[in-house]
Amino acid sequence: MSYVTGLILLLVASAIVNNVVLSQFLGLCPFLGVSKRVETAAGMGGAVIFVITIASFVTSIIYKFILAPTGFEYMQTIVFILVIAALVQFVEMFLKKSVPSLYQSLGVYLPLITTNCAVLGTAINNVTNNYDILESVINGFGVAVGFTIAIVIMAGIREKIEYNDIPQTFKGSAIVLITAGLMAMAFLGFSGVI
Amino acid sequence: MNKNLERLYNGLWKENPTFVLMLGMCPTLAVTTSAINGIGMGLSTTVVLVLSNMMISALRNLIPDRVRMPAFIVVVASFVTIVQFLMQGFLPALYTSLGIYIPLIVVNCIILGRAESYASKNPVIPSMFDGIGMGLGFTVGLTLIGIVREILGNGSIFDITITPLNNFHITLFGLAPGAFIVLGFLVAIMNVIRRKMEKAGKPLPKAQGCLAGDCTGCTLSSACTGKSYVHQEDGKEER
Repeated sequence: MSYVTGLILLLVASAIVNNVVLSQFLGLCPFLGVSKRVETAAGMGGAVIFVITIASFVTSIIYKFILAPTGFEYMQTIVFILVIAALVQFVEMFLKKSVPSLYQSLGVYLPLITTNCAVLGTAINNVTNNYDILESVINGFGVAVGFTIAIVIMAGIREKIEYNDIPQTFKGSAIVLITAGLMAMAFLGFSGVI
Repeated sequence: MNKNLERLYNGLWKENPTFVLMLGMCPTLAVTTSAINGIGMGLSTTVVLVLSNMMISALRNLIPDRVRMPAFIVVVASFVTIVQFLMQGFLPALYTSLGIYIPLIVVNCIILGRAESYASKNPVIPSMFDGIGMGLGFTVGLTLIGIVREILGNGSIFDITITPLNNFHITLFGLAPGAFIVLGFLVAIMNVIRRKMEKAGKPLPKAQGCLAGDCTGCTLSSACTGKSYVHQEDGKEER
């Protein structure tokens, strides 16, 4: 299997087969919190794609060129979380100054992402699976696309649920979790693809 | 009641992080495929929580208010790294089955939540008991959910097969969808209890964290500029 085929398979696997929310349970907070409207869900998805892709790139560079040669691999958790927190701040400042139009649409979601476990989880997964820098970026992008797919579908369903007659007890997050369960069941169907 | 005992009772029962406050949902969903995994995750979180609560409480007058979040994160991440290596060395099987969720204890909102709301304001000993109480409460929650999922999904408890049950097991409950569905029913049951308690005049503490659509349980709540947006959206519909 050539390198490029491997990358494409990696992208499909991380976006759909091992969906970050529905089979890895990472990034549940925004998935449940910001999925009330398709528009906001898509905005959140865009911001997550942006941040996870950049964070995967930066953390894998730091790991490869700073932590690994100096033997500081065991510091990865501390370094990664601080790098991600700082990175989100920088991205926010940069977008505000240089690309105001993008900031308008993504800005409000950026601070919500700092402690999102999907970002840290992807960075750690990249290291655990020994991905090189390109593979890390592709994996990060795939994970984030998977997140966006899940949150946008969820928001679409929730817009419909609002008009349904749900038992009082299940109103709110209970029905959302059960919906997520049904979505996860559907996504299990992809597990044979690769 | 003695203040330290009160902290234990508070974490285990009154403000149980899993059932009442509904915090730390990512690990709750991810590792409760079996009761053993639930206990393992719960206890490792407890160790980190107790140590970080003590450290943060001891340093509470030294950490400047403006940089407290990064400082807390560094403290928590250090302890998580230590626990991670201890587990890798002494409990390799559990370490493998919990996998990435061990380093992700860093972003568990229970830990930074307790640091922010209790340990940074109280002396070391009560903070330690607060950590023990909250940690054990979380362990109990994870173990109970793990037991339910293990019975339904595998027909066993603590890896001991129960003869009539294992003929009817539903594998789905051991997989990802089962986690969401079990938690959905748990939230529904808690809704009923909440309403009953409210009628009886003894309302439960409010749920926090992502399930409540509420930012108070979130780690970076005080620094987050996005939360006003989430709340604004929240106000539009009935919870």
